[in-house]
Amino acid sequence: MLEIKNLHVELEDGGKSILKGVNLTVEAGKVHAIMGPNGSGKSTLSYVLSGRDGYAVTEGSATLEGEELLEMEPEERAAAGLFLAFQYPVEIPGVGNMTFLRTAVNAQRKARGEEELSAGEFLKIVREKAKTLKIDAEMLKRPVNVGFSGGEKKRNEILQMAMLEPRMCILDETDSGLDVDAMKLVAEGVNALRDPGRAFLVITHYQRLLDHIKPDVVHIMADGRIIKTGGPELALEVEKNGYADILAELA
Amino acid sequence: MTALVKKDARRIDATEARIATLTLPSGGFSAPARADALARLRAAGLPVRRDEYWKFTDPAALNAPEATAAGAMAEIGAPLFAERDRVRIVFNDGVFDADASDDLSLAGVEIQRLAEADRADLHWARDLYGVLEARGQSPVLRPHAALNTAAASDGLLIRVTGTAPKPLHIHYTHSGETADAILHHCVRVEPGAELTLLETGPAAARFNKVLEVDVAEGGRFHHVRAQGRDHARRAITHVFARVGREALFKSFTLTVNGVMTRNEALIEIVGDNAVAHVAGAALGDGKDGSFHHDDTVFVTHDAVACESRQVFKKVLKNGATGVFQGKILVKPGAQKTDGYQISQSLLLDEDSQFLAKPELEIYADDVKCSHGSTTGAIDETALFYLRSRGVPVEDAQTLLILSFLADAIAEIEDAEIAADIVARLEGWLARRRR
Repeated sequence: MLEIKNLHVELEDGGKSILKGVNLTVEAGKVHAIMGPNGSGKSTLSYVLSGRDGYAVTEGSATLEGEELLEMEPEERAAAGLFLAFQYPVEIPGVGNMTFLRTAVNAQRKARGEEELSAGEFLKIVREKAKTLKIDAEMLKRPVNVGFSGGEKKRNEILQMAMLEPRMCILDETDSGLDVDAMKLVAEGVNALRDPGRAFLVITHYQRLLDHIKPDVVHIMADGRIIKTGGPELALEVEKNGYADILAELA
Repeated sequence: MTALVKKDARRIDATEARIATLTLPSGGFSAPARADALARLRAAGLPVRRDEYWKFTDPAALNAPEATAAGAMAEIGAPLFAERDRVRIVFNDGVFDADASDDLSLAGVEIQRLAEADRADLHWARDLYGVLEARGQSPVLRPHAALNTAAASDGLLIRVTGTAPKPLHIHYTHSGETADAILHHCVRVEPGAELTLLETGPAAARFNKVLEVDVAEGGRFHHVRAQGRDHARRAITHVFARVGREALFKSFTLTVNGVMTRNEALIEIVGDNAVAHVAGAALGDGKDGSFHHDDTVFVTHDAVACESRQVFKKVLKNGATGVFQGKILVKPGAQKTDGYQISQSLLLDEDSQFLAKPELEIYADDVKCSHGSTTGAIDETALFYLRSRGVPVEDAQTLLILSFLADAIAEIEDAEIAADIVARLEGWLARRRR
């Protein structure tokens, strides 16, 4: 599904090197987790994959089902099936959540040469999916993320994911700022989307999210590289001993 | 006149040259007001660039004896508010167009044309015509408004005695290349009465318009106007409002295109617990020649526990210029005033500019007044967020521009009218991509 090879990235402004040769393959149907200390490059990886400005790729490649992602515009990557759930979802005053969702869904359908959804069809689907995420009609009407609590914002991200039906989902510290109940709700939303044709890359500091979204593979990232890969037990080890042991082991 | 004006030969010459081209109606109820206004204009002289409130806007083309030529452009798509049930009155180049107008009849509202009413010596509008304009000359001179009162060729005199069941819509069409229109409307909202007034259309090559609105106790007045289309047109407009006890005054203006537009709003709140909101959304593309848009607003609180809002937003590109000069004056005794003012610009490139002069002057000690002014580019994070959801970059920009304008549009109370305005904005933005 997602194949990252020898990815080197630096900041456009100043040239600071952030990713120093990331190699990662995420297969369809699998959930991979990336853990790592602050400043290891986890969030940068998610931004570079989704096409945010400000980063220069100096070497390497990232393909989604064989298509080179790094040459595409952000909206093309989205239409190709990539989705990033933001750590800090952006507030957009004055644009209704529903309008935003419908614009996004139909833009992607258009880009893929599919028929746009009518207002009626769209409404039916969105209501159904919102219900399972406990997003009420009021939240759908409100401007995008404005006045939403931390939990509501993250649920809204998952609703967007559910509506857009991407093939490759990246979750950037989706657990940050969430209490246990909110995290469970978000995890349930994600789990409902697990599918043999869909892959997930879950970026997190803590093991606790992985209690709810069970990963198949866990990677440890440090200083711009993936330094260790293992099964779910690796996350437990981090939870118990911190990153220091793993870093020391490799030093 | 209370303000001191530096008199010089050039100002006097320009003023006299302008007056020489005016046709001053004589007789009728408005005659004394017109004579007084002409005297005010002569005493003040037309504005010059060094006058305090004309530093950001060059008045030369407004002062000139003749209007600069401006071609009339065909309307695109359905006319604004076409789907609303309304009474529509049309002026073409400032001349009443009877064929295009509905009957001047609306339940709860008396509507007359100024040119016709002015045959009589007695009229209710005698207490309003030029009266609020004259009050608005202090502490800052507004010579073009005095010129208007002196020389207006026509307009509507609207007396609202009940709740109007539908809006009154004044549409200004433009056909003559050098049409120079001067119109003056008076609206008197009687106690407890309510009216929505819509104004649309380019009007003329040069348009000088005054709207005097007197909202009596408990009255409600909603004003929504859209100035647009013709790229080369120029306009100077004044809204003078007096807002009485527990009354509501709301005015929203959308401006797209136009070489030069100066909209002044002078709101005087004279009754306790009244509410006055004035808002504007301007979108300018310098590519169409040039775009200069100036909002000059002066809100005076002269009563207790009143609320005022000034919400002005401008989207500027390709060398367009936006100006905002806004003041909240809280007079002694106007306690519990709640005054708010925000002016913001969204600059879509580095060639455009926004000039803002916010002012507060407060002579009461128990008030809440705030003001803010910002200028900036499209938020890159928000743009990326939308694009990451598959929204193409230009659609994402459009959404963010509408988002930026939302607070101003929210000042329109009627949801359908607001939706019409948004549709007009979307059309304009769609035509201006790339």
